[in-house]
Amino acid sequence: MKIPFSYSLRNLRTRRLTTVLTIAGMALVVFVFAAILMLAEGLQKTLVDTGSYDNAVIIRKAAGSEVQSGVERPQASIIETQPEVAIGADGKRLLAKELVVLIVLPKRGSDKPANVVIRGISGSSMLLRPQVRLVEGRMPKPGSSEIIAGQSVAKRFKGGGIGETLRFGMRDWSVVGIFDAGNTGYASEIWGDVDQLMQAFRRPVYSSILFRLRDSSEFEKFKARIESDPRLTLEALRETRYYEKQSEMMAKFLRILGITLTLIFSLGAIIGAMITMYAAVANRTDEIGTMRALGFQRRSILVTFVMESLLLGCIGGFIGLFFASFLQLFTISTMNFQTFSELAFSFSLTFGIIYKAMAFALIMGFVGGVLPAVRAARMSIVESLRAS
Amino acid sequence: MRILKLIFKNAFRHKLRTFLTVLGVTIAILAFGLLRTVISAWYTGVEASSASRLVTRNSVSLIFPLPVSYKEKIRQIEGVKVVSFGSWFGGIYIDEKNFFANYAVEPQTYLQLYPEFVIPEGQRAAFFRDRKSAVAGYKLAAKYGWKVGDMITLKGTIFPGDWDFVLRSIYKGRDETVDETAFFFHWEYLNETLKQKAPGRADQVGFYMIGVTDPNLAADVAAEIDKTFKNSIAETLTETEKSFQLGFISMTEAIVIAVQLVSFVIIIIIMAVVANTMAMTARERIGEYAVFKTLGFGSFYISALIFGESMFVTMIGAAAGIILTFPAAEIFSNQLSTYFPVFNVATETVYIDILASFLVAAAAAIFPAWRAVNIRVADGLRRIG
Repeated sequence: MKIPFSYSLRNLRTRRLTTVLTIAGMALVVFVFAAILMLAEGLQKTLVDTGSYDNAVIIRKAAGSEVQSGVERPQASIIETQPEVAIGADGKRLLAKELVVLIVLPKRGSDKPANVVIRGISGSSMLLRPQVRLVEGRMPKPGSSEIIAGQSVAKRFKGGGIGETLRFGMRDWSVVGIFDAGNTGYASEIWGDVDQLMQAFRRPVYSSILFRLRDSSEFEKFKARIESDPRLTLEALRETRYYEKQSEMMAKFLRILGITLTLIFSLGAIIGAMITMYAAVANRTDEIGTMRALGFQRRSILVTFVMESLLLGCIGGFIGLFFASFLQLFTISTMNFQTFSELAFSFSLTFGIIYKAMAFALIMGFVGGVLPAVRAARMSIVESLRAS
Repeated sequence: MRILKLIFKNAFRHKLRTFLTVLGVTIAILAFGLLRTVISAWYTGVEASSASRLVTRNSVSLIFPLPVSYKEKIRQIEGVKVVSFGSWFGGIYIDEKNFFANYAVEPQTYLQLYPEFVIPEGQRAAFFRDRKSAVAGYKLAAKYGWKVGDMITLKGTIFPGDWDFVLRSIYKGRDETVDETAFFFHWEYLNETLKQKAPGRADQVGFYMIGVTDPNLAADVAAEIDKTFKNSIAETLTETEKSFQLGFISMTEAIVIAVQLVSFVIIIIIMAVVANTMAMTARERIGEYAVFKTLGFGSFYISALIFGESMFVTMIGAAAGIILTFPAAEIFSNQLSTYFPVFNVATETVYIDILASFLVAAAAAIFPAWRAVNIRVADGLRRIG
């Protein structure tokens, strides 16, 4: 026969302080666990959204990132004439020769400097990135000292808002538009006319070439041909792969930190649950004896105590997730170690994370409760009745 | 004296529970100690910087170079003792995973500015003599098994091509805060090669390191340098080495704050665990406390019993945690040398550990003690389990 569920529930209520403390411990652990998963997910999302699978990025061999790369004009022209480049609706090639440099800008409010990416764009740059939309103002006129800023730059950096001016490269640049790039890395960039920016920064070379593939499956063939061409010292990457590589170090760091912390934290919480459950068993020795005497089986007793512990884990998991879901309101901005540029990403909660966090909470509850429950189930009737 | 004996006996009445609590505290203090060490490792660059060194770089951002001709102009400025310069090389050793800092520098003045890099006299001369030679930190050399005289090839990311170096010297740090994972070589080697391969990029440096005669003059000298190059093609930004390093850290501030927050969360979690143990202990013994009261012991005595037990259990755990922090940091230091060149447990960390465990012990005992003190004798005696 089964022991009613309400027995477990009432037990938790009787020892209120202990129950609250155990649940609080578990909730914190689940909170941290979920937070780390959400952070990793957010970073991943930002990067996946930033690149497009059908686009190819060309940078100098072994450069690793656009900032370190340099593509000379003759080399850029060779790429431009390759047959794999798609042609747009207006008959022009969907290819953008771009310049990427870093400049230091002070943040609004705190005045702290941070590295911001400035991208010199050409006509097709917008078309190649459908996730980027102009939301305010207009595009910069080619040949003028005008720039547009990503919404994240506009919000967080001095002089980044529409109508304001930024000074770099011995010129004043007026911000004529704001673009919305959603959750992507472009949100922390400033865009301007590539030829003007090359002049201002005195850089005679492009940083990268981005183009849409005519047929996505041709990429491997194209890559092999470009990389073996003796005129070119370039390397081709799919855009998605490029952005993934950009934050490998960051992602690895988050992973190491996350796994270590979660392991340590869960040990703490399991110990907390164990202490509670052992005490729950010890305090109720005579009760257990009575129930056994009434005819409840060992198995029912085991199930009851495991149930009680799972309940602790479950409530802890819910509370932890509840508070973790508020983290979605925050955006983390930090410097990417690999590119030295500002990278902003937010916590993102998915169903996968909810399942994982709840499973984690239940496992903690189970591990913490199973040993005490076994002890309770193995008590002999006579001795436990004598205990009080 | 009797109270100590009682506390001791009480603490071991539930051996399993005490063991689990001590284990919990040990893990928490260990984790807390390691996280504090991560934070201090983040700031080692700042710790190791000297007040008499200035860094001059292009005011636009670090990726823009400065002409090498600025060297003589900077040297003319009053208060400047030594001028050295260099470039961040960003080379890769075999694979991108093997990251370490590598620079091209002007060797003689650079070593003059960094007396904390200790190099054996014979090796120093050998390094100066050979233009293709390089110097590596002791930890770095140990990691890849390099010996003096070995040939090392780096793949350039900023400066394309494969670059061969001969390791002429291995430096050690003068003290613990010095980064022993750096790699540097002759700027001339870089420049001469660039003159042939990419003449447009030759005769440029990434940064100037400047030693001033008197640290008090640093601010004036910095302002003077920037004034000299105002309105030129490459305007400069000069700061002390410390603020240069701090600038880097402030860009990764979010991570530092997150680690800091997490370290406090650990303490709160362990507070919940210890408080739980104490709450249970006190509840079980409420009858005994009532007996104590009946016998005439005051509330001070009863709370001392509870606080004492909480302290005792927490301190055992904390001591074990602190002792374990050192070997654990050693393992971490080997695993994470790519991220943290210097990973030492600071004395300060140990103090914070002790303070945190005191707080945990005290906070855990407050509520049970308050309950035990306030319960009426008759209620206490009547209550069961």
